[in-house]
Amino acid sequence: MIRFNRDVRRRIKDRVMVVLALVCVALALIPLGSILFTVIVRGSSVINVDFFTQIQPTPCSPTPGVVCPQGGIANAIIGTFLLLGLSSAIGIPLGLLAGIYLAEYGRGPLVFAVRFFADVMTGLPSIVMGLFIFAAFQLLFPGFVFSAIAGSLALAVIVVPFVARTSEESLRLVPGSIREAALALGVPKYRVTLRVVLSSAREGIVTGALLAMARIGGETAPLIMTALGNSFVSTRLDQPIQAMPLVIFNFATSPYANWNALAWGTALLLVLIMLGLSIAARLLLRRRFRERRIGA
Amino acid sequence: MTSKLAADKVSAWYGTKKAIEDISIEFEEHSTSAIIGPSGCGKSTLIRCLNRLHETVPKARVEGHVLLDGKDVYEDDPVAVRRRVGMVFQKANPFPTMSVYDNVAAALRLNGVRDRKALDGVVKRSLEKAALWDEVKDSLGKPGVSLSGGQQQRLCIARALAPEPEVLLMDEPCSALDPIATAKIEDLIFDLKKDYTVVIVTHNMQQAARVAETTAFMYLGHLIEVGATRELFERPKETLTESYITGRFG
Repeated sequence: MIRFNRDVRRRIKDRVMVVLALVCVALALIPLGSILFTVIVRGSSVINVDFFTQIQPTPCSPTPGVVCPQGGIANAIIGTFLLLGLSSAIGIPLGLLAGIYLAEYGRGPLVFAVRFFADVMTGLPSIVMGLFIFAAFQLLFPGFVFSAIAGSLALAVIVVPFVARTSEESLRLVPGSIREAALALGVPKYRVTLRVVLSSAREGIVTGALLAMARIGGETAPLIMTALGNSFVSTRLDQPIQAMPLVIFNFATSPYANWNALAWGTALLLVLIMLGLSIAARLLLRRRFRERRIGA
Repeated sequence: MTSKLAADKVSAWYGTKKAIEDISIEFEEHSTSAIIGPSGCGKSTLIRCLNRLHETVPKARVEGHVLLDGKDVYEDDPVAVRRRVGMVFQKANPFPTMSVYDNVAAALRLNGVRDRKALDGVVKRSLEKAALWDEVKDSLGKPGVSLSGGQQQRLCIARALAPEPEVLLMDEPCSALDPIATAKIEDLIFDLKKDYTVVIVTHNMQQAARVAETTAFMYLGHLIEVGATRELFERPKETLTESYITGRFG
């Protein structure tokens, strides 16, 4: 039997734990790497000019003597950007105003209630938001249940609490001394909030908004019962509209080879768009910290 | 001669905690008055009542009257009061997203002044009054927070002077500065009283002795003694004042 002294035992324990931690990191990264790898390998083959300019093809699986058209997802790209734009245009201002209320004006139990429900709503499964809009439209505008506007509203309902909380947090990071300095200059409170506090928190707010867009860009469930999907290019708000997550959902589960291939391509493009938004958000975040350090 | 600014039986609370009680004090026009006392005695709270900034703290409350040229500021619009009574804070707090120029122009810009020429004039004049112009005239576009600590504090003084207040309240303006920057600001305070009524809260008794004609001593929320600075330091009437200035507590 070997007698370890305490130092050696501690060093061995340390090594074991470090190795264990590294193994866990690797295990956690495997699925992520595998997903990215598969999506890139299988998706990149359809990413060409047709992919961006054509609409979805007739379903087809290759048989001897038949060449299947590849087609594209122009209708889904246009649809996704329209849904993203509209839901952001509705959701971000509402969320921002709610965040301003929570951070700057709210006092007492109402703030707790609003913050609590915002937190609950960010945690709700997104399909519930879809169902909510579906039900609301059935009752109020039965003719427009399946429409771009219904889809945008379902996504906007997800954006509002998310942006409300991120902008509240960013506004809270603005030191109280900045508000006091502006108030002491004889500036009315609403202008202090809009022109001094908001601009001091702008990086955090923009980051939150971009992350919210990245989140809803990939949402499928709330769109199934609202935007529904559309085989053709449509920009009408009162008509069903196609979206990239819907393409993935429908095409990946179909038995047709050309649709399956498009689903992989769509997945790749969606990953790239979301990655771009997240990177933009990170860059903005980093800028804020850099500015802080200079100031301190 | 009536005083420029006067507190009349002012009490202030944070929630249920009473910070200052029943304080009456007068500040003469074109003079510098110092308020001294140990930490937590209510000095800052008192001057924050003078420009109605105290009430912006959640659950804070004020009672009593503050008379500016004989009129109660608590019957006026707080925004209008703060334009006449400027304030400089303990820690320099330039607006982080604004340049040197924009910081000084902030009070006017945020209240709707857009005329570039008028703004240019005010920015230059204010920076000169704050003895900062020569140091920053070539870097007006740089962020205000990129200046040194002492320069930032003078930038804040320039910012407070830009809307041309009548009274300038200073809440321990040198406590975060080194002796050289402190000396610059003290010189500046000496010049400022020609045009303004200055009230300065300070921890530093030597500073009070150097810059103020009148000094007030506060303890535990009460005003213990007010008098000509020399008188107060050399022949204090109250034993509390004497113990404090001789360093027996505080």
